Amino acid sequence: MTAGSLHDSGFDRTVLLIVPGVLFVLLLFIYPFAYGLFLSFTTTNGGIWANYARFFAEPRFFSTIGITFWIALPATLVNLALAIPMAFKLRRPTSAQRIVTTMLVVPITLGTVLVAEGLLNYLGPQGWFNRLLVDMHLIASPVRLTHNYWGVLLSLVITGFPFAFLLTLSYITGIDPVLAQAASTLGAGPARQFLHIYFPLLAPGLAITFCLAFVQAFSVFPSAVLLGAPAGPTRVISIAAYQAAFEDYDYAMASAVAMIMGLAQLAVVVAVLGLRGFFYRGPAGGAKG
Amino acid sequence: MVLRKGDFHQPRGGGFGELKLDAISRRFGGLFALDGLSLTIKHGEFIALLGPSGCGKSTALNCLAGLLPLTSGSIWLDDRRIDTMRPEERGFGMIFQNYALFPHMNVRKNVGFGLAMRRMPKDEIRRRVDDAIGLVQLEAHAEKLPGQLSGGQQQRVAIARAIVIEPPVVLMDEPLSNLDAKLRLEMRSEIKRIHHELGRATVYVTHDQEEALSLADRVVVMKDGVAQQIGSPEALYNRPANLDVALFMGYRNVLEGRVDRVDGERVSFQCGALALTGAPQGRIDPGAATAVIRPDEIEIGDGPNRVEGRAETVEYCGRDYLVDFVTDAGARLHARSTERINPGERVCWHVPAERVLVYSVG
Repeated sequence: MTAGSLHDSGFDRTVLLIVPGVLFVLLLFIYPFAYGLFLSFTTTNGGIWANYARFFAEPRFFSTIGITFWIALPATLVNLALAIPMAFKLRRPTSAQRIVTTMLVVPITLGTVLVAEGLLNYLGPQGWFNRLLVDMHLIASPVRLTHNYWGVLLSLVITGFPFAFLLTLSYITGIDPVLAQAASTLGAGPARQFLHIYFPLLAPGLAITFCLAFVQAFSVFPSAVLLGAPAGPTRVISIAAYQAAFEDYDYAMASAVAMIMGLAQLAVVVAVLGLRGFFYRGPAGGAKG
Repeated sequence: MVLRKGDFHQPRGGGFGELKLDAISRRFGGLFALDGLSLTIKHGEFIALLGPSGCGKSTALNCLAGLLPLTSGSIWLDDRRIDTMRPEERGFGMIFQNYALFPHMNVRKNVGFGLAMRRMPKDEIRRRVDDAIGLVQLEAHAEKLPGQLSGGQQQRVAIARAIVIEPPVVLMDEPLSNLDAKLRLEMRSEIKRIHHELGRATVYVTHDQEEALSLADRVVVMKDGVAQQIGSPEALYNRPANLDVALFMGYRNVLEGRVDRVDGERVSFQCGALALTGAPQGRIDPGAATAVIRPDEIEIGDGPNRVEGRAETVEYCGRDYLVDFVTDAGARLHARSTERINPGERVCWHVPAERVLVYSVG
């Protein structure tokens, strides 16, 4: 039997192509995850659940869940709420669409630290933003937008919005504009075209966008430290994990915090993807492909 | 006339006298895609806009539907000016080339969409949707999603969805072009039947002359955005107004030559060594001219305009043969023959003088 012949029922060597990918996932995801999970159950005193019990017993740990949700959820919702109308408006391939997408790639490539540093200056008491408002006599004294909740939220919006927008745009451009034209000839104005045609077809994509944007916002660390108040109102869960690991040198506790963080994210993702099941999922064209 | 908000919520039945297109034009950049089309469509009339791609026929349809604003001209439904109205206010039923069915709604929801947009009571919607689904014979598929239907069934849904709103005018944009040959014939009769049953004025865009001729009461042949001829299928078929229309109507034999003599209803036409007597189309003087002949009007045997030649290729077409032959004078002609002819065989042909259409050039 010659290798590679169509009748060859033996080993298909193209399967080997997935080996690097599998190795990658095993070494860089499964192994660290399993190791962290194992670590989270190792304790010097108490049972295997001691670290988890401690997390929920000590306010300085379990309060971080609420704080993180309180930052990540509004940031995700704001990003989506801004992204949907903008993507809808720019759904047709025009030069405006190209310019906006190019402009929005920039904050993504800069990374969160640089954006946070920039915002620190821009939004600070002596920054342009406050000076402009004061000079225009819109406010009497500078508003505080750094080293508190609002600083973190704004930075998450600035770094997260382009991501949400580009993803939403790619979903919205996949919807055949002839469908909206058909709806218009049947009596639907622009608002009802969006409500009855675009939104239902977009919903599954929005669910994915929400999950990805949420997970990104939930694991916020640099901006929570740089722009927030990491000792109090913006002490997010990743800061708790960091402190457990590198200030208390309690890797087991840090692992437990990380596991709880993962579970919280998973709960939201599962819930949102579950909602997606209520919507039509299939090709968004006017005819069979 | 001023449009009142909510005008379009009332279903407008077929109760209109005429739809008038008054010199409508649409320009893209510096180019006229549609240039001064004037046409009056009577109640219940079936109009076909026929032409090659890029001729402006789809532009005309989109302008009628309100999907494209006019550059100039106006559209009137009786004494109401409608070209300033948005598509959702016009209430014309439109059938799109790719059907544009809403993929997330089942057949029933798709068909009922226009009625729901008119905020009609639920039981009224149900009754009318059932009627429409019955009309296109899709009762068994009412709960399916478009993706679960065949192309022909999707087409039927598109038709039901457009007619259930009882539009004054139904617009169809190449509705059969995505179907295979057999289904296309079937749906063509279906469209004819539905038009006959409902008597709605219909504007039908196609590039297929056979479709246009078989369906329409009147055909508008278009080229480069300009209407070349508006007339009954018979008039177009037998007396094309100009060379472009003739070519589109299947006059495949095109002979370039000159007219020697004009004699009332007959002209002497010379193309190289081939001499024919033809019928002048429009005003014609001796000089450069083009003669066109349909393949099926060149017959085997002796007669007027006799030409002799040798068959070169023969294609069997079921009912007859399509023969390409080269005349002794060197001209290549397409003809049809009911008798079997072998390639290389010498045959004598003739064509009646009134079927040799001669157009002056320039």
